[in-house]
Amino acid sequence: MIAHAIFFYTFSIIAVVSAIMVTASKNTVHSVFFLILDFISISCLFIMIGAEFLGMIMLIVYVGAVAVLFLFVVMMLNVAQQKNQWFTAKDSSKHIPIGLVISTLIFVEIIIVIGGWKYKPDLFDVNNSLSQTSVSNTHSLGQILYTDYIHVFQISGMILLVAMIGAIVLTFRQRSGVKRQSYIKQISRERAEGVEVLKVQSNKGVKIDD
Amino acid sequence: MEYLNIFFDEVYKILFLLVPVLVSVAMIVWLDRRIWAFVQKRQGPNVVGPFGLLQSLADALKYIFKEMIIPSSSNKVIFILAPIVTMTLALIAWAVIPFGATQVLADINVGILYLFAVSSLGVYGIIMGGWASNSKYPFLGAIRSAAQMVSYEVSIGVIIINVLLCVGSLNLNDIVIAQQNVWFVIPLFPMFVIFFISALAETNRPPFDLPEAEAELVAGYQTEYSGMMYAMFWLGEYANILLMCAMGAILFLGGWLSPIELYPFTLIPGAIWLILKILLLFFLFALVKAIVPRYRYDQLMRLGWKVFLPFSLIWVVLTASYLFYFNLLPVS
Repeated sequence: MIAHAIFFYTFSIIAVVSAIMVTASKNTVHSVFFLILDFISISCLFIMIGAEFLGMIMLIVYVGAVAVLFLFVVMMLNVAQQKNQWFTAKDSSKHIPIGLVISTLIFVEIIIVIGGWKYKPDLFDVNNSLSQTSVSNTHSLGQILYTDYIHVFQISGMILLVAMIGAIVLTFRQRSGVKRQSYIKQISRERAEGVEVLKVQSNKGVKIDD
Repeated sequence: MEYLNIFFDEVYKILFLLVPVLVSVAMIVWLDRRIWAFVQKRQGPNVVGPFGLLQSLADALKYIFKEMIIPSSSNKVIFILAPIVTMTLALIAWAVIPFGATQVLADINVGILYLFAVSSLGVYGIIMGGWASNSKYPFLGAIRSAAQMVSYEVSIGVIIINVLLCVGSLNLNDIVIAQQNVWFVIPLFPMFVIFFISALAETNRPPFDLPEAEAELVAGYQTEYSGMMYAMFWLGEYANILLMCAMGAILFLGGWLSPIELYPFTLIPGAIWLILKILLLFFLFALVKAIVPRYRYDQLMRLGWKVFLPFSLIWVVLTASYLFYFNLLPVS
């Protein structure tokens, strides 16, 4: 058990410290890297409690895709400039109450969940799923998701799809003056339309039209 | 004491895996250059050692003794971390590759997801290197490769789903054993082709080597790197290529299974068959490098998102319907 404890505390300390560093570090790109480190250590914790599927999906989705896009955006924006405006402008104090409300809400939610779990374990049906140890994690997740919760699952998928289409529609702009490549045109070009073989007479040259 | 024994046992096993992998990475660099040369009617590296076999060793020695230059305006920590990340990620993925029914370092339930996750993390080495260099060509290369690798990961993921539908398990050994009757390359041949091309894009190999397109970007994300750090990028890249070949061999070519289940062939250990299959795939990788011109970036994106992704999604539907209709779904 001691090895288990060592690993658990290593990963959780890394997770907590990097979560603090996400907000504390001055450089925004460093924040994203700390966020990635946080995701990785959280997925290690998932794997440690036997939820290997969740851990791997966390790595693939959050670290492999979401954080890459995050990094992409942060690197492309001139964040340093923006941050200065954000903090030095007079109306910066407007953001503080909203932030406080949201963080209080999240804090209360966490308290409710953890408190409920600790003092009324039968409130959430968590122990049930852990009892079947013969089935692998992935199988049991699939069995629950695609039977009891199939409608919720499908609806959440639809919501994600709608959000994706919405994001594309919102950011899509038809710019004029963009020269688009037509692949069909490029592939179906014949030699006759592109190349002309001429006999060049000496001292005369060739007349090139256009 | 007991823990120490376990620890040293594991370290021994890990070394037994990693040292051959590193040596073979050096060897396939030579092989790559040699095949490339032969296609172009050149000799390639043939001076150092027999057939030039020690060329990679000589190169490595040269890199070790060169000065490591860290640009003064770079972000030093991330700049140094980037090649380490690339190399580490390329090596840790080998932990789950099965070389035989029992010859596997970590026989985990979600082996294929682990492989997929590690290969999708590979993009970080490149982004970190490109950004930390604080120079325009590395940055452009890094951004290109981020977009490219994320795009092609999607189609690789869908292809893996195709295979998983036929297997019913995420364990790599189960995937291999499921191919005892027929290798998945036969029923899922189009997926194999798409996997191969996506693997080329995922490892930044020609014709998709746009992150390091020398005509436009000097050397892309590795422009500012020199000495051992450059060598680590280079080794990590080739280790990733080998890994992708191993993934292809396991998913489609039956992993460590022998091609003919007859007496003289079954004597040969599975590891040899896996290595032969990896080498076959690598030979194709090297041939592609030699014979195909580089893609334009918009063509690359179109191929990934508008051709491969819809096609492999349709194939998922087809596979699932076929398996369901003929009642072949693997139910445990």
